[in-house]
Amino acid sequence: MLKAENINVMVDNKKIVDDVSFEIDEHDILMVIGPNGAGKTTLIRAVMGIVPHSGKVYLNDTDIRRLKPRILAQKIGVLTQKHQPQFAHTVYEVVSLGRYAYKNGFFRNLTDEDKEKIREAILLTGIQDLVEQSVLTLSGGELQRVFLAQLFAQDPQILILDEPTNHLDLQYQITIFDIISEWVKEKGRAVISVVHDLNLVYSYGTRAILMENGKIYSQGNIRDVLTRENLKSVYKVDVVQWMQSLLRNWSV
Amino acid sequence: MNYKAEDMRINNQKNNTLLLYIIAILLLLVVFLISVSVGSVEISFSDIFKLLKDHFSGVSRKDNINEGLSTILFNVRMPRVILAAMVGAALSVSGAAMQGLLKNPLAEGSTLGITSGGALGAVLSLTLGMYIPVFKHLGLAITSIVFSFLSIVLILSLTYKIDKGLSTHTIILTGVIFSMFASSLTSLLVTLSGDNLKQVVFWSMGSFSGRGWSHVRLMFPFFVTGTIILLTLSHELNAFSLGEEQARYLGVNTKKIKLLILTLVSVLVGISVSVSGTIGFVGLVVPHITRLLTGPNFKRLLPLSLLFGASFLMLTDLVSRTVLSPVELPIGVVTSFIGAFLFIYIFYNHSNRKNS
Repeated sequence: MLKAENINVMVDNKKIVDDVSFEIDEHDILMVIGPNGAGKTTLIRAVMGIVPHSGKVYLNDTDIRRLKPRILAQKIGVLTQKHQPQFAHTVYEVVSLGRYAYKNGFFRNLTDEDKEKIREAILLTGIQDLVEQSVLTLSGGELQRVFLAQLFAQDPQILILDEPTNHLDLQYQITIFDIISEWVKEKGRAVISVVHDLNLVYSYGTRAILMENGKIYSQGNIRDVLTRENLKSVYKVDVVQWMQSLLRNWSV
Repeated sequence: MNYKAEDMRINNQKNNTLLLYIIAILLLLVVFLISVSVGSVEISFSDIFKLLKDHFSGVSRKDNINEGLSTILFNVRMPRVILAAMVGAALSVSGAAMQGLLKNPLAEGSTLGITSGGALGAVLSLTLGMYIPVFKHLGLAITSIVFSFLSIVLILSLTYKIDKGLSTHTIILTGVIFSMFASSLTSLLVTLSGDNLKQVVFWSMGSFSGRGWSHVRLMFPFFVTGTIILLTLSHELNAFSLGEEQARYLGVNTKKIKLLILTLVSVLVGISVSVSGTIGFVGLVVPHITRLLTGPNFKRLLPLSLLFGASFLMLTDLVSRTVLSPVELPIGVVTSFIGAFLFIYIFYNHSNRKNS
């Protein structure tokens, strides 16, 4: 569905993303992993054309730079890592902005279809009790779910998520990924997600990209990428041993 | 989820909004009447209505008292008050738009230095004697608009150079520095050209003193075009107020829309400066108060800021010409007095929120 070819990003003469190519197919959940500063977020921003880059990105064989922003937003939705709202929009207002890509012309009130999509998104992310609240009053986790709801209201075919669960407690980490893995089963959908928690990667990912210093260290099926040697080399920690020792703490 | 309750909420909001519009329009009419009535010569409401009736029915009474009042009402006060209303509306709407565009509650014409840039342009065209025949003031207005646009582009690119995140504080700091620089150049130009102090005061603190129908006619087309287009961009501004990157992901053509909004703001601020000098903080005070009443949704914020802004500047103009009568205060003194306090208040709240 989505194919990125030879993506490079230079900032101040330093290569932040170094010749990255990857491809995702229908129903994929591609997990992008790697230590801090590996270039994961920049890669996403390059794919979406936010930062200056070289290389090409194709969506079903169309160069995405040829797509109008509105059309692109109907196909690909992005959940960013940080949200710092400055104005007291209500949760409902923020979620309903997800429908922007479908509104055109002078009178752009929400149609019944829009309202239904918004309602579904609100229910799916469990923020129904917050709809009237100002987004300035929300906790990090609530805000994360509000923007996730906006993304579902946007109803794209591909979700690109930058650490979707970084503010969420354990319950919501699981809930959100359960939702996402259900969502991706429908025809013509796929997910790319930056995730730090390797357990989530194992549980929900279908494929993975392991990045180090802007380069792809390894990519492919989860089991081929998350090997003891790969993780040890990139994270400088024997991850498997660490996980096993963690588990021992719990064996009551 | 309680869907019914949510529908009710939306309907409730509609009723409240309607009420706010009614209040805003009534306020506008009342302030307008008071503004044309009060002054060195008082014209009672009944006289105003009588004169208006005579004026529109084409009756001309040949008695001296009426003729004197009529001249004051139609040739002195009315154009001045209408001009103040338009400038107030233009500055408020463009302030609100800048706040959304930059996701920055402190942004507006004067804090960003756009007004000072516009004034510099106006003074330059005056000292260089740039005139377009037939339209006496048009050259002045256009240089003011162009300089407003150049200032805003310069300030934003400078800020971007310093801080790629375009953070609130950096933008305002750059704006203030630029504003000081442009103001000093303006004052220098005025002084060198041998004009008197009054001119310096006019360009740095604004005034509607002696403004007439020619200024109203000059501003009107710019004002109408600028505000109407800006009013259609409420969805885009809502998206921008979540951040430019987010707006892009939502499907906004950010480059095109940003350029359009910056142009419209420059037109509105530039034309305002060319007719009334730099009047500070209007674009901060009015949208802020309006936001407290109606929330930050631009669909309501823009039209209500327009209405409240018109009333606000008519009222401050009234204060500036009556409070120390017969001496007239520069109107910027009044608006900055209110604005400075509000600026500190918003800044304080903003920083507090950031730290918590």
